Amino acid sequence: MIPPILLQGGRVIDPSRDLDGAADVLIQDGKIASVGRGLAAPDGAIVRNVKGKVVTPGLVDLHVHLREPGNEDEETVASGARAAAAGGFTAICAMPNTDPVTDNQAAVGFIVRQSGRAGLARVHPIGAVSIGQKGERLAEFGEMVSAGAVAVSDDGKPVVSSHLMRTALEYARTFNIPVADHCEDPTLAGGGVMHEGLVATRLGLKGIPAAAEEIIVARDVLLAELTGGHVHLCHMSARGSVAIIREGKERGIRVTAEVTPHHLTLTDYACEEYDTHAKMNPPLREAADVAALRGALKDGVIDCIASDHAPHAYDEKEAAFDDAPFGVVGLETAFAVAHTELVESGVFTLPELIRRMSTEPARVFHLAGGSLAPGAVADVAVFDPAAKWSVDPTTFHSKSHNTPFAGRALTGRAVLTIVAGAIVHDLDSTGTR
Amino acid sequence: MNASSTLGKDLTGLEHMTPDQIRLILDTAEPFKEVSERPIKKVPALRGKTIVNLFFEASTRTRVSFEFAEKRLSADTVNVAATGSSVSKGETLVDTARNLEAMRIDMVVIRHPSSGAAEFLGNRIASNVINAGDGKHEHPTQALLDLLTIRDKHGKIEGLKVCLVGDVLHSRVARSNLWGLTKLGAEVAVCGPWTLLPRGIEELGVKVFGRIEEAIEWADVLNVLRLQLERMEKGFIPSLREYYRVFGVTPERLERSPKAITIMHPGPMNRGVEIDSRVADGPHSVILDQVTNGVAVRMAVLYLLAGGRAELADAAKRGSE
Repeated sequence: MIPPILLQGGRVIDPSRDLDGAADVLIQDGKIASVGRGLAAPDGAIVRNVKGKVVTPGLVDLHVHLREPGNEDEETVASGARAAAAGGFTAICAMPNTDPVTDNQAAVGFIVRQSGRAGLARVHPIGAVSIGQKGERLAEFGEMVSAGAVAVSDDGKPVVSSHLMRTALEYARTFNIPVADHCEDPTLAGGGVMHEGLVATRLGLKGIPAAAEEIIVARDVLLAELTGGHVHLCHMSARGSVAIIREGKERGIRVTAEVTPHHLTLTDYACEEYDTHAKMNPPLREAADVAALRGALKDGVIDCIASDHAPHAYDEKEAAFDDAPFGVVGLETAFAVAHTELVESGVFTLPELIRRMSTEPARVFHLAGGSLAPGAVADVAVFDPAAKWSVDPTTFHSKSHNTPFAGRALTGRAVLTIVAGAIVHDLDSTGTR
Repeated sequence: MNASSTLGKDLTGLEHMTPDQIRLILDTAEPFKEVSERPIKKVPALRGKTIVNLFFEASTRTRVSFEFAEKRLSADTVNVAATGSSVSKGETLVDTARNLEAMRIDMVVIRHPSSGAAEFLGNRIASNVINAGDGKHEHPTQALLDLLTIRDKHGKIEGLKVCLVGDVLHSRVARSNLWGLTKLGAEVAVCGPWTLLPRGIEELGVKVFGRIEEAIEWADVLNVLRLQLERMEKGFIPSLREYYRVFGVTPERLERSPKAITIMHPGPMNRGVEIDSRVADGPHSVILDQVTNGVAVRMAVLYLLAGGRAELADAAKRGSE
């Protein structure tokens, strides 16, 4: 039996109820028991004074890559869940581009079991859209959902065939799950390694034009309209995509979208000197794109922040830019980067940020969490919004260190993470469990 | 202050060099030209230095030019051709760097299909690194020899109008020329089909011509780039035949200009594709002068990076006497 937890005197932010104020939070039997002032501690409760800290529903990340099975040297379900807990995440969704691909109920069940064994942040599997992510035949959505899949995606690659995407959106309606797409026209992006623009021209690197994303965004919005299915657009990077999503939402089409912390804060200039830690897909784009993405996140055209946590072994990134793999880790820096760049700079309020990192992602994938309402599952994070720290990748709980933010001074950090009423990360005492 | 610190450790590109550094190399090349005209073509400037020519891409002209430059400076040289290895290119490069470092060599001349490869290597080994062409990024010694050839022919570079013609998108020669020419005060233009011109190039301060006729009307010098035949297979242009008809540098087109336009080509040429034979072999072609100057420029670069002092280059070449 896990003991009750009483969090005393913190600033409680619950976007699900538009709540922001000083209160105690009592957690009992894996649920939020009550939120209010002057709550009494039950017998045997862990009592934590969190004055000066912020108590929020645990962060939810719809997009991570955990490399298990297949590349356990880069990340496992357990190490990813530990990194997540350290970053204030209580639930993360694992993309199926593992080796072998997570495209059947047994593979989905394996992720669920590994998550249970780790007992850290919840890891929800995302099943593949197509068998082997080959873009040919639909995977068995129904069986994967029964085994625990919360969405389907061929992420890592786009669903190239418009027919297959249409079929996936239609078929997914039966199970009320979103189809998450990596939006990239491979005939336009093929061989590209960074944003197509002046920096790529100077570096002599093949560019990926923004239109490669926008074309598929437009197609997917049209197919969602055609089918009535729910399309979720992964890691938006281009201002043109924002305009298309805005129009789609205005027309009542079931489209949701996410953006990463790095696309909200960095531009293609980060690729200067062939820095392979700035190589990701979609690529970092221009200042005007960053501004448009921030605006879209602020007004809800883009629903949420997702990390696209993509671990790679150090020696894979130790290569010429063309030869290095795409992707960066993000679970342990996502909140602090967003807090420093968006909240400290005055663009977002803290409740707005928590909404985009917890309540909204939980809603988009129909997950428990994202709320501190009494009776809700006790997935809770406590942040110290004033904590100043500098990113040292060697201290990451993730097995991989490929971050573009190494050495960056950040403000704000998760000090306590609670999943189903149990503490899984405690910065003040023992560190992450 | 010695010349090594003046140029830095490596020569990876012209983008980040100063006009003075570029002029230093050109001026140092002058006395080395004469060495190649002697019956005994050798000076002892780099005696005892070991140089590896590391070519991950096929090359004849550039490799031979570097090798002559090294041998005429009395360096010990080793050629490594590492193409089409089964390991991925990135792994090969890291491991190659470590192995070279372990053998205590003095200089590496590298050609590699990936942009940034020379910089990558230079950041990881203590030896001097010279970029002999990295992907689509830079080919600095080619641009330096082009600059020297233009200066020989016109007596200056500043104020001249130089147009790079053809596949600018995939050309490291074009990028290095663009930096070198603009830093030394030339006006630069590019001309080619829009499919072969990179995005944002005009933001680098160059004119863009979509028609060869406009370029010819404007230019004092045309540097005609090689059209890789695979560009047609990849669909950037419909056919070589049409390329010649629309963009080929022909005597008929050149005749319309009142000026005698200097014709350059980095080689190897596709005669009858980007350049007409009558132009390549004509009176205003300096294509073979470029090749001759290539050896002198590379001698200058090797000499300066090895710590040789520019003012002693004249004396250095007398060392054999």
